[in-house]
Amino acid sequence: MLKIDNLHAEIDGKTILNGLSLTVPAGEVHAIMGPNGAGKSTLAYVLGGRPGYKVTQGSVEFNGVDLLDLEPHERAAAGLFLGFQYPVEIPGVSNLQFLREALNSQRKARGEELLNGGEFLKLAKEKAALLKLDPDMLKRHVNVGFSGGEKKRAEMVQMGILDPRFAVLDETDSGLDIDALRVVGEGINAIMRAPNKAVLLITHYQRLLDVVKPDKVSILSQGRIVQTGGPDLALRLENEGYDAVMAHA
Amino acid sequence: MPEAAELPTRREEAWRYSAVDRLQGTALDDWRVIDIAAGETFRETLVIADGGGTKPTELHRWRVTVGESATCELFAVLASAEYARLEVEVTLRKGAHFELGGITVGGRDTVREFVTRTVHAEPEATSNQTVRSVHWGHGTGNFLGNIDVLRDAQMTDAAQDFKGLLLEKGASVNAVPQLEIFADDVKCAHGASVGQLDETARFYMAARGLSPDLARRLLVQAFLGDALVALDDEEKREALMKVALDKVDKYL
Repeated sequence: MLKIDNLHAEIDGKTILNGLSLTVPAGEVHAIMGPNGAGKSTLAYVLGGRPGYKVTQGSVEFNGVDLLDLEPHERAAAGLFLGFQYPVEIPGVSNLQFLREALNSQRKARGEELLNGGEFLKLAKEKAALLKLDPDMLKRHVNVGFSGGEKKRAEMVQMGILDPRFAVLDETDSGLDIDALRVVGEGINAIMRAPNKAVLLITHYQRLLDVVKPDKVSILSQGRIVQTGGPDLALRLENEGYDAVMAHA
Repeated sequence: MPEAAELPTRREEAWRYSAVDRLQGTALDDWRVIDIAAGETFRETLVIADGGGTKPTELHRWRVTVGESATCELFAVLASAEYARLEVEVTLRKGAHFELGGITVGGRDTVREFVTRTVHAEPEATSNQTVRSVHWGHGTGNFLGNIDVLRDAQMTDAAQDFKGLLLEKGASVNAVPQLEIFADDVKCAHGASVGQLDETARFYMAARGLSPDLARRLLVQAFLGDALVALDDEEKREALMKVALDKVDKYL
């Protein structure tokens, strides 16, 4: 589903990704862990196509398409969802308006029928309930005045509504209390655990992986994948730390 | 019709950022007088849009007296003409309220501006002015707002709020709040800021599937929305917003 090959990327002339290769087939949840500054968020932004992140070498193939050739909104329409570590506030634009425009833009690009107001509202309420987010928050402006935890839940409600085929979730667990973490983890399972979908889950902590059980775990360090293993690799990291685990690699 | 010598110059504060050369042949002394009786509510909208007989220079000068406990609400969108100006001189009697919601949008080398002089002549009057300007090319948007609080006008509550959004290098906005306060128990707030479209928000919206054009339209709509918040007629509000957004869309 997603095939990253020898990816090099830089910001302001500084190389961050340095020959990263990774394949995530459909049906897989692949966790990415790594020390601070390893390039985890950069990987997420490069996949999302954020301006300022320059790919200097390598390729990313997404369902047979050259992902790097697509504009950010085209990547979304192709089924890619980027869960932000710091969801952005957009004063003056309500969640409902934003998400309906977003969903219908994607559907239009895919040649699917557009959802009318009633159909959309029903879908939005259903997904808000799944993430235990007060549906009234959907009427509020995008992320404005939301707590850290609410922003992350709202992010997953967005994912539920947009129903992507591939999700890149950048530290979706940061800022969540224990209960919220479980709700969000179960939300990820409910929305993304399917044979035709896949997830790249960037996280620092084992706790989320207790809920969203990954099929594979990779360590990203200095801009490349240095080790890949099963779920036990995350447990070893939690117990021994990066230095010890990577030294034994 | 005034002689050339009578035309204002940019040395005068109220015409400082104006396209004064475009005033030639315009009746400067043609003030529209609006008297609002005590307790009445008066609402007026002004739309300067493309087509519909819009002249190259659109000068609108209104002199308003708002009677005791009366309300005057003005909402205006200046989206066409080489030079468009709405100038309002408003005098507030006891407990009166003045509301202005203004939008300027424009590119090329157009100038669109609001110039207000709000006189709080008696106690307990309130005024609230919100102007939003979106410009590109070499377009200019201005808001010059004088607030005079006279000696007897205790318990005045006046507010002015201006924000400019520049879509391109070369466009400009000017905000000049001027407060003259001679009473001692008053509240006068004013704020002004200028910026450009939030790139982070644009990327966030793109990451959810919105095209750059649609993302921009939503952001501009959100930005302009503040100016029309006080307009409680939804149909009118949407019509005014559409004039402004269509203008921005036409350019971009």
